[in-house]
Amino acid sequence: MAVCERHEELYEELDSYIDQVKDKPGILIGVLHKAQEIFGWLPQEVQEHVAEKLNLPVSEVYGVVTFYNHFSTKPKGKNEIKVCLGTACYVKGADRVMDRMLEELGVQLEEVTPDGLFSVHAVRCLGACSMAPVVLVGEKDFYGKVTPDMVTKIISAYKRGGSHE
Amino acid sequence: MTPITVLVSVDSNSILLGAKEFVTYLRNLVANYNMDSLVTVLETVSLGSYNGVTVQVLPDDVYYSIKSKDDVRKIVEEHLLKGRQVWDLTIDKSSIKPAEKFELKEIRIVTRNIGSIDPKNIDEYIARDGYFALSKALKMKPEEVIKEVKDSGLKGRGGAGFPTGLKWELTAKVQADQKYVVCNADEGEPGTFKDRLIMEGDPHSVIEAMTIAGYAVGASKGYIYIRGEYYNSVENLRKAIKDAYEYGFLGEDILGSGFSFDLTVRLGAGAYVCGEETALLESIEGKSGKPRLKPPYPPENGLFGKPTVINNVETFANVPQIILNGASWFKSIGTPNSAGTKVFCLAGDVNRRGMVELPMGVTVREVLYGFGGGVRGGRELKMVQTGGLAGTFIGPDKLDTPLDYDSMRKYGVSLGSGVILAIDSSHCAVDIALNTMEFFRHESCGKCTPCREGTRLACEILEKMTKLEATQEDLSYLEEIASLTADASFCGLGQSINVPLLSLINNFRNEFLKHVNEKECSVNLCKKPEKKAKAFIK
Ligand SMILES: Cc1cc2nc3c(=O)[nH]c(=O)nc-3n(C[C@H](O)[C@H](O)[C@H](O)COP(=O)(O)O)c2cc1C
Ligand code: SF4
Ligand code: FES
Repeated sequence: MAVCERHEELYEELDSYIDQVKDKPGILIGVLHKAQEIFGWLPQEVQEHVAEKLNLPVSEVYGVVTFYNHFSTKPKGKNEIKVCLGTACYVKGADRVMDRMLEELGVQLEEVTPDGLFSVHAVRCLGACSMAPVVLVGEKDFYGKVTPDMVTKIISAYKRGGSHE
Repeated sequence: MTPITVLVSVDSNSILLGAKEFVTYLRNLVANYNMDSLVTVLETVSLGSYNGVTVQVLPDDVYYSIKSKDDVRKIVEEHLLKGRQVWDLTIDKSSIKPAEKFELKEIRIVTRNIGSIDPKNIDEYIARDGYFALSKALKMKPEEVIKEVKDSGLKGRGGAGFPTGLKWELTAKVQADQKYVVCNADEGEPGTFKDRLIMEGDPHSVIEAMTIAGYAVGASKGYIYIRGEYYNSVENLRKAIKDAYEYGFLGEDILGSGFSFDLTVRLGAGAYVCGEETALLESIEGKSGKPRLKPPYPPENGLFGKPTVINNVETFANVPQIILNGASWFKSIGTPNSAGTKVFCLAGDVNRRGMVELPMGVTVREVLYGFGGGVRGGRELKMVQTGGLAGTFIGPDKLDTPLDYDSMRKYGVSLGSGVILAIDSSHCAVDIALNTMEFFRHESCGKCTPCREGTRLACEILEKMTKLEATQEDLSYLEEIASLTADASFCGLGQSINVPLLSLINNFRNEFLKHVNEKECSVNLCKKPEKKAKAFIK
């Protein structure tokens, strides 16, 4: 099956990374970063696989995955929209931006849109407070001084399948 | 024609305004006009103003604020090509440098290179005395290095304010086959972005300082633990480390001294509590970042059970200058008990937001008005949050409080990580309290019951208050929870929730009372029918 084959490749990519770093102390979090980068999220099979490769109990891997906000045990949209609700953003109206974002996409927090393109997440300070309120799409596309009325435009930039530009 | 240099302020904040695209466009235009040999376009870090992307043209020393590609084109076609200044884009240098009338004494120690050098070019760092401190330190005895840092009076800039030299001394004294130096670059405090700008703008200063620390305490390995979301910082640091290895400032036998030091970057994975030093060490060890019981403290028993120095980014960034210029120079800046400078991050409802380095002892008012240009839109200032989320909310009556390590004890105003968040009269104190507590609830690691349950209960009550359904008993209960949680919690996170909460309640008691007694919100933000809860959920 095509899907499985693709998965095989992903596992191979992960394994070759693990083989490189295996002997460094405390590398579990680094491996999980890589795994999430490859798979987009961390399904149970992937967690079990990591545990086996690193010779750790699955429970330890699971404990670490659920502890850190960055790791996700649920699939995310192709474009992860992070709305900062840190204090500096909050006082500049981030909650209204969030409300509009959810309304516009017709989803709840953390829920993926039916077309798989988007999911919306509330995050803490992104370290760009002088541009508050801040929205981050994916890992690098920052939007600053966002107003509710800018939401449609931001979303539409990603609707055509690709990321912006 | 004299060569022209165009500096474009590219930092995390200006990138949001399109700085990167402007640089590319600017370079393309310069190439199109065949001006490559005459005009150098450099990315530089924060020039401090964020109304647009700030651009400086040298040697003319003209500053522009650009908002669009058209503006870029104008500057190229008018100024660069024809030598005519574009007046409508020109900004006053005073908007870059603080307004005179407040006599803000900006002193740049940790930010000295930010905006002046290309952070990705090690030669530019070296040209500004970079790695001189390291070579000087390596010629000193480790004890002498520690003494210099101790005498300087440098204290931790990460929040707790522990004397840095003493921490190094404690670590140096322990005998061990392996020791570590760790840089706390987890910067999770909402409203703080100084560490990010330091690492992005002057990564070598942190690397140099950590190597000096390694030499002083006898450590051969260092880790920089950095927030995974700080992509630009990670990128710049990794490049800087690579270059430092190539130049022999890291690795084996540094500068022929026989001392060896290795440095690695480790990415955090989004947990505020990992900023707490022992939780951070757990995280580097690959575990869940839950705080450890102290004592033993890291100098004795730190990373992988070995003696470890752990300092904040800003703390480290001070070290090379202290070694170069001496302890007494450093001590001459700031106040007697708080030597040196502090980098402040100004955000919220002010005219100018950004980062500024000022001597310790500067007042909240000076930062707010001298640098920030006052409250936006002529609104009234309602409160200022200082020190970060675990810090204090103060009313306008406390604006003249000097900020240093004594301000908390003397005036109940927290210095913390240097956040100054201005909040104007359109905001509701109860609502701000709820937002603050939601953060704590979300970031509580769950290891101890008082913090896990206390933050949950506090949120529930505050939520009830914002729905105008709470009673006066609820308010008393809330105050009680704040104190109990602070007393019984295991680590600094739970232990500090009373500070913001009680400072809000005490400063705005009437407003809280109005919510519970008259079921009224002073600014009409809290309403009876379902107000959406803005919980952070994982
Ligand atoms: C909940 C919590 C979060 C913290 N977050 C940070 C942080 O993000 N950055 C930091 O440098 N220190 C943070 N600290 C303080 C560290 O525990 C520690 O005091 C600091 O890294 C020591 O470095 P310094 O002496 O150079 O300040 C935090 C403390 C607590 C209790
Ligand atoms: S006080 Fe809070 S963050 Fe600290 S250990 Fe307890 S539950 Fe975790
Ligand atoms: S609070 Fe949103 S970026 Fe800092």
